[in-house]
Amino acid sequence: MIANYGYKDGSGDFFIAVDTDKCDGCGDCIPVCPGKVFAVGEDPHDPLREEPVVTVVDEQRRKLKYTCSPCKPDRDRAPLPCVQACEPLALTHSW
Amino acid sequence: MSDKMEDAGVGTKACAEEFWRWKEYRHHDESIDWRDAQIVSAGIDIGSVSSQAVILVDSKLFAFSNQRTGFDSPESANKAINWAMEGTGMTLDDIHYTVGTGYGRVNVPFAQKAITEIACHARGGNLMYGPTVRTILDMGGQDCKAIRCDQRGKVEAFLMNDKCAAGTGRGMEVFADLLSVPIQDVGELSLSVEQEPDPVSSTCVVFAKSEASALLREGWPKNKVLAAYCAAMAHRVVTLLERIEVEKDFAITGGIGKNAGVVKRIEMELGLTALQTRYDSQIAGALGAALFANALEGKRRKS
Repeated sequence: MIANYGYKDGSGDFFIAVDTDKCDGCGDCIPVCPGKVFAVGEDPHDPLREEPVVTVVDEQRRKLKYTCSPCKPDRDRAPLPCVQACEPLALTHSW
Repeated sequence: MSDKMEDAGVGTKACAEEFWRWKEYRHHDESIDWRDAQIVSAGIDIGSVSSQAVILVDSKLFAFSNQRTGFDSPESANKAINWAMEGTGMTLDDIHYTVGTGYGRVNVPFAQKAITEIACHARGGNLMYGPTVRTILDMGGQDCKAIRCDQRGKVEAFLMNDKCAAGTGRGMEVFADLLSVPIQDVGELSLSVEQEPDPVSSTCVVFAKSEASALLREGWPKNKVLAAYCAAMAHRVVTLLERIEVEKDFAITGGIGKNAGVVKRIEMELGLTALQTRYDSQIAGALGAALFANALEGKRRKS
Protein backbone atom coordinates (compact mmCIF):
# COMPACT_ATOMS: atom_id res chain seq x y z
CA MET A 1 0.00 0.00 0.00
CA ILE A 2 1.15 3.51 -0.76
CA ALA A 3 0.13 5.54 2.28
CA ASN A 4 0.23 9.26 1.52
CA TYR A 5 0.40 11.35 4.67
CA GLY A 6 0.07 15.08 4.36
CA TYR A 7 -2.10 17.57 2.58
CA LYS A 8 -2.66 19.80 -0.39
CA ASP A 9 -3.35 23.47 0.12
CA GLY A 10 -3.17 26.68 -1.85
CA SER A 11 0.64 26.61 -1.78
CA GLY A 12 1.20 23.09 -3.05
CA ASP A 13 1.20 19.34 -2.34
CA PHE A 14 2.96 18.17 0.78
CA PHE A 15 2.83 14.42 1.13
CA ILE A 16 5.19 11.83 2.57
CA ALA A 17 4.48 8.48 0.94
CA VAL A 18 5.21 5.23 2.76
CA ASP A 19 5.27 2.08 0.66
CA THR A 20 3.99 -0.32 3.31
CA ASP A 21 4.91 -3.35 1.20
CA LYS A 22 8.55 -2.28 1.36
CA CYS A 23 8.58 -0.90 4.92
CA ASP A 24 9.76 -3.54 7.39
CA GLY A 25 9.03 -1.47 10.48
CA CYS A 26 12.73 -1.17 11.43
CA GLY A 27 12.27 2.42 12.60
CA ASP A 28 15.63 3.69 11.27
CA CYS A 29 13.87 6.84 10.06
CA ILE A 30 12.72 7.82 13.55
CA PRO A 31 15.99 8.93 15.23
CA VAL A 32 17.34 10.72 12.13
CA CYS A 33 14.28 12.97 11.77
CA PRO A 34 14.76 16.27 13.61
CA GLY A 35 11.03 16.99 13.26
CA LYS A 36 9.91 13.76 15.01
CA VAL A 37 7.63 13.01 12.10
CA PHE A 38 7.63 9.21 12.22
CA ALA A 39 6.40 6.45 14.50
CA VAL A 40 6.33 2.66 14.18
CA GLY A 41 3.26 0.65 15.09
CA GLU A 42 0.22 -1.20 13.89
CA ASP A 43 -0.87 -0.29 10.36
CA PRO A 44 -3.92 1.91 10.95
CA HIS A 45 -5.21 1.39 7.42
CA ASP A 46 -4.81 -2.37 7.29
CA PRO A 47 -6.29 -3.87 10.45
CA LEU A 48 -5.46 -7.40 9.35
CA ARG A 49 -1.71 -6.78 8.91
CA GLU A 50 0.38 -8.31 11.71
CA GLU A 51 3.79 -6.65 11.14
CA PRO A 52 4.50 -3.11 12.38
CA VAL A 53 4.89 -0.30 9.89
CA VAL A 54 5.98 3.35 9.82
CA THR A 55 3.36 6.09 9.97
CA VAL A 56 3.51 9.87 10.12
CA VAL A 57 2.34 11.01 13.55
CA ASP A 58 -0.96 12.87 13.75
CA GLU A 59 0.43 16.16 15.06
CA GLN A 60 2.72 16.48 12.04
CA ARG A 61 0.35 15.60 9.21
CA ARG A 62 -0.98 19.08 8.69
CA LYS A 63 2.32 20.94 8.93
CA LEU A 64 4.79 18.88 6.93
CA LYS A 65 5.62 21.84 4.73
CA TYR A 66 7.10 23.61 7.73
CA THR A 67 8.45 20.62 9.68
CA CYS A 68 10.34 19.19 6.71
CA SER A 69 11.54 22.48 5.34
CA PRO A 70 14.91 22.57 7.22
CA CYS A 71 15.90 19.22 5.66
CA LYS A 72 14.85 19.99 2.10
CA PRO A 73 17.73 19.65 -0.36
CA ASP A 74 19.54 22.79 -1.35
CA ARG A 75 22.53 23.05 -3.69
CA ASP A 76 25.03 22.01 -1.05
CA ARG A 77 22.80 20.06 1.30
CA ALA A 78 22.64 16.26 1.50
CA PRO A 79 19.45 14.34 0.58
CA LEU A 80 16.71 14.04 3.19
CA PRO A 81 17.91 12.12 6.27
CA CYS A 82 14.73 10.02 6.48
CA VAL A 83 14.97 8.94 2.84
CA GLN A 84 18.69 8.23 3.25
CA ALA A 85 18.16 6.16 6.39
CA CYS A 86 15.47 3.99 4.81
CA GLU A 87 17.23 0.90 3.48
CA PRO A 88 14.18 -0.74 1.87
CA LEU A 89 13.52 2.56 -0.02
CA ALA A 90 10.00 2.84 1.36
CA LEU A 91 9.91 6.61 1.88
CA THR A 92 9.35 9.38 -0.66
CA HIS A 93 8.45 13.05 -0.42
CA SER A 94 6.10 14.66 -2.94
CA TRP A 95 7.83 18.02 -2.94
CA MET B 1 -38.91 9.75 10.06
CA SER B 2 -41.13 12.61 8.90
CA ASP B 3 -42.12 13.33 12.50
CA LYS B 4 -38.52 13.61 13.49
CA MET B 5 -37.80 15.91 10.60
CA GLU B 6 -40.62 18.20 11.57
CA ASP B 7 -39.45 18.24 15.15
CA ALA B 8 -36.06 19.31 13.94
CA GLY B 9 -37.33 21.91 11.53
CA VAL B 10 -40.23 23.53 13.30
CA GLY B 11 -39.98 25.75 16.30
CA THR B 12 -37.60 28.50 15.49
CA LYS B 13 -37.75 30.68 12.46
CA ALA B 14 -34.01 30.41 12.03
CA CYS B 15 -34.26 26.66 11.37
CA ALA B 16 -36.53 27.17 8.38
CA GLU B 17 -33.88 29.34 6.80
CA GLU B 18 -31.03 26.89 7.22
CA PHE B 19 -30.68 25.63 3.69
CA TRP B 20 -27.70 23.43 4.47
CA ARG B 21 -29.81 21.14 6.70
CA TRP B 22 -29.88 17.80 4.94
CA LYS B 23 -32.41 15.16 5.95
CA GLU B 24 -31.69 12.63 8.66
CA TYR B 25 -33.15 9.18 8.17
CA ARG B 26 -33.09 5.53 9.16
CA HIS B 27 -34.07 2.22 7.59
CA HIS B 28 -34.36 -1.41 8.57
CA ASP B 29 -35.09 -4.53 6.59
CA GLU B 30 -38.20 -6.16 8.04
CA SER B 31 -37.69 -9.35 6.06
CA ILE B 32 -34.62 -10.26 8.15
CA ASP B 33 -35.07 -11.90 11.56
CA TRP B 34 -32.03 -11.00 13.61
CA ARG B 35 -32.98 -13.37 16.44
CA ASP B 36 -31.92 -16.41 14.40
CA ALA B 37 -28.59 -14.91 13.39
CA GLN B 38 -25.13 -16.31 14.07
CA ILE B 39 -23.36 -12.96 14.07
CA VAL B 40 -24.84 -9.51 14.59
CA SER B 41 -22.20 -6.86 13.94
CA ALA B 42 -22.29 -3.08 13.92
CA GLY B 43 -20.23 -0.26 12.43
CA ILE B 44 -20.40 3.29 13.73
CA ASP B 45 -18.95 6.09 11.62
CA ILE B 46 -18.67 9.30 13.62
CA GLY B 47 -17.79 11.90 11.02
CA SER B 48 -17.15 15.57 11.52
CA VAL B 49 -20.58 16.46 10.16
CA SER B 50 -22.67 13.27 10.00
CA SER B 51 -22.79 10.02 11.95
CA GLN B 52 -23.96 6.67 10.66
CA ALA B 53 -24.69 3.36 12.33
CA VAL B 54 -24.96 0.18 10.28
CA ILE B 55 -26.09 -3.19 11.67
CA LEU B 56 -25.34 -6.39 9.78
CA VAL B 57 -27.08 -9.67 10.44
CA ASP B 58 -24.90 -12.53 9.20
CA SER B 59 -23.14 -9.98 6.97
CA LYS B 60 -26.42 -8.83 5.38
CA LEU B 61 -27.45 -5.19 5.75
CA PHE B 62 -30.17 -5.14 8.39
CA ALA B 63 -30.49 -1.54 9.57
CA PHE B 64 -28.84 1.85 9.33
CA SER B 65 -29.27 5.41 10.50
CA ASN B 66 -27.77 8.65 9.27
CA GLN B 67 -27.83 11.86 11.29
CA ARG B 68 -25.83 14.94 12.14
CA THR B 69 -22.96 14.60 14.59
CA GLY B 70 -23.46 16.60 17.75
CA PHE B 71 -20.70 18.27 19.73
CA ASP B 72 -20.39 15.15 21.89
CA SER B 73 -19.00 12.15 19.98
CA PRO B 74 -19.93 9.41 22.51
CA GLU B 75 -23.46 10.78 22.64
CA SER B 76 -23.65 10.90 18.82
CA ALA B 77 -22.55 7.26 18.71
CA ASN B 78 -25.26 6.26 21.19
CA LYS B 79 -27.89 8.20 19.29
CA ALA B 80 -26.85 6.70 15.96
CA ILE B 81 -27.01 3.09 17.13
CA ASN B 82 -30.22 3.60 19.09
CA TRP B 83 -31.94 5.12 16.10
CA ALA B 84 -30.78 2.26 13.85
CA MET B 85 -32.15 -0.26 16.38
CA GLU B 86 -35.43 1.61 16.87
CA GLY B 87 -38.47 -0.58 16.31
CA THR B 88 -36.41 -3.74 15.71
CA GLY B 89 -36.49 -5.01 19.29
CA MET B 90 -32.70 -5.21 19.25
CA THR B 91 -30.62 -3.85 22.13
CA LEU B 92 -26.89 -3.17 22.42
CA ASP B 93 -26.44 -6.52 24.20
CA ASP B 94 -27.62 -8.35 21.08
CA ILE B 95 -24.74 -6.97 19.00
CA HIS B 96 -21.72 -9.27 19.16
CA TYR B 97 -19.04 -6.95 17.85
CA THR B 98 -18.89 -3.23 17.08
CA VAL B 99 -16.21 -1.31 15.20
CA GLY B 100 -15.95 2.48 15.38
CA THR B 101 -14.58 4.54 12.52
CA GLY B 102 -14.34 8.15 11.34
CA TYR B 103 -13.07 11.27 12.97
CA GLY B 104 -14.63 10.36 16.35
CA ARG B 105 -13.80 6.65 16.19
CA VAL B 106 -11.99 6.47 19.53
CA ASN B 107 -15.03 7.97 21.22
CA VAL B 108 -17.51 5.18 20.50
CA PRO B 109 -18.15 3.88 24.04
CA PHE B 110 -19.54 0.47 23.09
CA ALA B 111 -17.05 -0.40 20.30
CA GLN B 112 -14.50 -3.19 20.72
CA LYS B 113 -12.14 -1.70 18.15
CA ALA B 114 -11.48 1.47 16.17
CA ILE B 115 -10.41 1.24 12.52
CA THR B 116 -9.51 4.19 10.27
CA GLU B 117 -12.14 5.38 7.82
CA ILE B 118 -9.73 4.78 4.92
CA ALA B 119 -9.76 1.03 5.53
CA CYS B 120 -13.52 1.06 6.20
CA HIS B 121 -14.43 3.01 3.07
CA ALA B 122 -12.46 0.60 0.91
CA ARG B 123 -14.16 -2.38 2.55
CA GLY B 124 -17.64 -0.83 2.45
CA GLY B 125 -17.17 0.48 -1.10
CA ASN B 126 -16.19 -3.02 -2.19
CA LEU B 127 -19.58 -4.33 -1.07
CA MET B 128 -21.61 -1.35 -2.26
CA TYR B 129 -20.13 -1.05 -5.72
CA GLY B 130 -18.95 -4.61 -6.24
CA PRO B 131 -15.43 -6.08 -6.51
CA THR B 132 -14.62 -4.24 -9.74
CA VAL B 133 -14.27 -0.91 -7.92
CA ARG B 134 -10.61 0.18 -7.80
CA THR B 135 -10.77 3.88 -7.01
CA ILE B 136 -12.99 5.31 -4.31
CA LEU B 137 -13.34 9.00 -3.69
CA ASP B 138 -14.88 9.76 -0.33
CA MET B 139 -16.10 13.30 -0.09
CA GLY B 140 -16.89 13.77 3.54
CA GLY B 141 -18.05 16.65 5.66
CA GLN B 142 -14.65 18.08 6.46
CA ASP B 143 -12.17 16.07 4.47
CA CYS B 144 -11.67 14.37 1.18
CA LYS B 145 -10.10 10.93 0.72
CA ALA B 146 -8.85 9.26 -2.41
CA ILE B 147 -8.48 5.50 -2.03
CA ARG B 148 -7.30 2.82 -4.44
CA CYS B 149 -8.19 -0.76 -3.48
CA ASP B 150 -7.97 -4.31 -4.79
CA GLN B 151 -10.79 -6.72 -5.61
CA ARG B 152 -11.15 -7.72 -1.95
CA GLY B 153 -11.49 -4.14 -0.74
CA LYS B 154 -7.96 -3.94 0.67
CA VAL B 155 -6.35 -0.50 0.44
CA GLU B 156 -3.55 -0.22 -2.15
CA ALA B 157 -2.97 3.54 -1.97
CA PHE B 158 -4.64 6.44 -0.30
CA LEU B 159 -4.38 10.07 0.51
CA MET B 160 -6.52 12.25 2.67
CA ASN B 161 -6.84 15.99 2.71
CA ASP B 162 -8.31 17.32 5.92
CA LYS B 163 -6.44 20.56 6.09
CA CYS B 164 -8.97 22.70 4.28
CA ALA B 165 -12.67 22.59 3.49
CA ALA B 166 -12.26 22.81 -0.30
CA GLY B 167 -13.77 19.71 -1.86
CA THR B 168 -15.90 18.84 1.16
CA GLY B 169 -19.54 18.73 2.12
CA ARG B 170 -19.06 21.60 4.53
CA GLY B 171 -18.02 23.85 1.65
CA MET B 172 -21.18 22.91 -0.21
CA GLU B 173 -23.29 23.64 2.86
CA VAL B 174 -21.81 27.13 3.04
CA PHE B 175 -22.78 27.72 -0.60
CA ALA B 176 -26.31 26.36 -0.10
CA ASP B 177 -26.77 28.91 2.67
CA LEU B 178 -25.19 31.75 0.74
CA LEU B 179 -27.51 31.21 -2.22
CA SER B 180 -30.58 30.09 -0.21
CA VAL B 181 -30.81 26.85 -2.17
CA PRO B 182 -31.77 23.68 -0.25
CA ILE B 183 -28.67 21.45 -0.16
CA GLN B 184 -30.40 18.55 -1.95
CA ASP B 185 -31.26 20.80 -4.92
CA VAL B 186 -27.78 22.24 -5.42
CA GLY B 187 -26.57 19.57 -7.85
CA GLU B 188 -29.50 19.62 -10.26
CA LEU B 189 -29.71 23.40 -10.21
CA SER B 190 -26.01 23.72 -11.05
CA LEU B 191 -26.57 21.47 -14.07
CA SER B 192 -29.38 23.67 -15.39
CA VAL B 193 -26.99 26.22 -16.93
CA GLU B 194 -27.02 26.53 -20.70
CA GLN B 195 -23.32 27.01 -20.92
CA GLU B 196 -20.73 25.91 -18.39
CA PRO B 197 -19.15 29.01 -16.76
CA ASP B 198 -15.46 29.18 -15.80
CA PRO B 199 -14.90 27.64 -12.36
CA VAL B 200 -14.39 30.06 -9.48
CA SER B 201 -10.65 30.59 -9.23
CA SER B 202 -10.29 29.70 -5.59
CA THR B 203 -11.45 26.47 -4.02
CA CYS B 204 -10.79 27.76 -0.51
CA VAL B 205 -14.32 28.05 0.85
CA VAL B 206 -13.71 31.44 2.41
CA PHE B 207 -12.29 32.95 -0.77
CA ALA B 208 -14.69 31.13 -3.07
CA LYS B 209 -17.56 32.53 -1.04
CA SER B 210 -16.38 36.11 -1.46
CA GLU B 211 -15.77 35.44 -5.16
CA ALA B 212 -19.30 34.08 -5.49
CA SER B 213 -20.71 37.14 -3.72
CA ALA B 214 -18.96 39.31 -6.28
CA LEU B 215 -20.43 37.25 -9.14
CA LEU B 216 -23.92 37.61 -7.65
CA ARG B 217 -23.44 41.37 -7.52
CA GLU B 218 -22.47 41.27 -11.17
CA GLY B 219 -25.86 39.75 -11.81
CA TRP B 220 -25.00 36.07 -12.28
CA PRO B 221 -28.02 33.81 -11.61
CA LYS B 222 -27.79 31.28 -8.78
CA ASN B 223 -27.44 28.26 -11.04
CA LYS B 224 -24.45 29.78 -12.82
CA VAL B 225 -22.70 30.59 -9.53
CA LEU B 226 -23.34 27.05 -8.31
CA ALA B 227 -22.05 25.64 -11.59
CA ALA B 228 -18.86 27.66 -11.18
CA TYR B 229 -18.40 26.40 -7.63
CA CYS B 230 -19.24 22.75 -8.38
CA ALA B 231 -16.76 22.84 -11.27
CA ALA B 232 -14.03 24.27 -9.02
CA MET B 233 -14.69 21.59 -6.41
CA ALA B 234 -14.64 18.85 -9.04
CA HIS B 235 -11.33 20.09 -10.41
CA ARG B 236 -9.87 20.26 -6.94
CA VAL B 237 -10.64 16.64 -6.08
CA VAL B 238 -9.53 15.40 -9.49
CA THR B 239 -6.06 16.80 -8.79
CA LEU B 240 -6.06 14.82 -5.53
CA LEU B 241 -7.15 11.67 -7.35
CA GLU B 242 -4.37 12.01 -9.88
CA ARG B 243 -1.79 11.61 -7.11
CA ILE B 244 -2.97 8.06 -6.38
CA GLU B 245 -3.59 7.29 -10.08
CA VAL B 246 -7.21 6.65 -10.99
CA GLU B 247 -8.00 3.14 -12.11
CA LYS B 248 -11.37 1.85 -13.36
CA ASP B 249 -13.96 1.26 -11.88
CA PHE B 250 -14.48 4.47 -10.04
CA ALA B 251 -17.02 5.36 -7.32
CA ILE B 252 -17.83 8.30 -5.08
CA THR B 253 -18.94 7.82 -1.48
CA GLY B 254 -20.00 10.36 1.12
CA GLY B 255 -22.62 13.07 1.02
CA ILE B 256 -21.25 14.79 -2.09
CA GLY B 257 -21.78 11.49 -3.94
CA LYS B 258 -25.44 12.56 -3.97
CA ASN B 259 -24.69 15.92 -5.59
CA ALA B 260 -25.04 15.36 -9.32
CA GLY B 261 -23.51 18.77 -10.02
CA VAL B 262 -20.16 17.71 -8.59
CA VAL B 263 -20.36 14.03 -9.63
CA LYS B 264 -21.07 14.82 -13.31
CA ARG B 265 -18.26 17.34 -13.45
CA ILE B 266 -15.77 14.93 -11.88
CA GLU B 267 -16.85 12.30 -14.41
CA MET B 268 -16.29 14.74 -17.26
CA GLU B 269 -12.81 15.66 -16.07
CA LEU B 270 -11.78 12.06 -15.53
CA GLY B 271 -13.50 10.73 -18.64
CA LEU B 272 -14.98 7.99 -16.45
CA THR B 273 -18.49 7.24 -15.24
CA ALA B 274 -18.90 6.71 -11.51
CA LEU B 275 -20.53 3.42 -10.51
CA GLN B 276 -24.08 3.52 -9.19
CA THR B 277 -25.22 1.67 -6.10
CA ARG B 278 -28.53 0.72 -4.53
CA TYR B 279 -27.02 1.56 -1.16
CA ASP B 280 -26.84 5.02 0.39
CA SER B 281 -23.45 6.57 -0.49
CA GLN B 282 -23.14 8.04 3.01
CA ILE B 283 -23.07 4.68 4.81
CA ALA B 284 -19.89 3.35 3.14
CA GLY B 285 -17.66 3.95 6.18
CA ALA B 286 -20.07 2.48 8.73
CA LEU B 287 -20.82 -0.44 6.42
CA GLY B 288 -17.10 -1.20 6.08
CA ALA B 289 -16.70 -0.98 9.86
CA ALA B 290 -19.59 -3.42 10.33
CA LEU B 291 -18.01 -5.82 7.81
CA PHE B 292 -14.71 -5.68 9.74
CA ALA B 293 -16.69 -6.27 12.96
CA ASN B 294 -18.29 -9.33 11.40
CA ALA B 295 -14.88 -10.68 10.33
CA LEU B 296 -13.29 -9.94 13.72
CA GLU B 297 -16.12 -11.67 15.58
CA GLY B 298 -15.71 -14.71 13.33
CA LYS B 299 -11.97 -14.74 14.05
CA ARG B 300 -12.56 -14.34 17.79
CA ARG B 301 -14.88 -17.34 17.89
CA LYS B 302 -12.43 -19.54 16.05
CA SER B 303 -9.58 -18.79 18.44
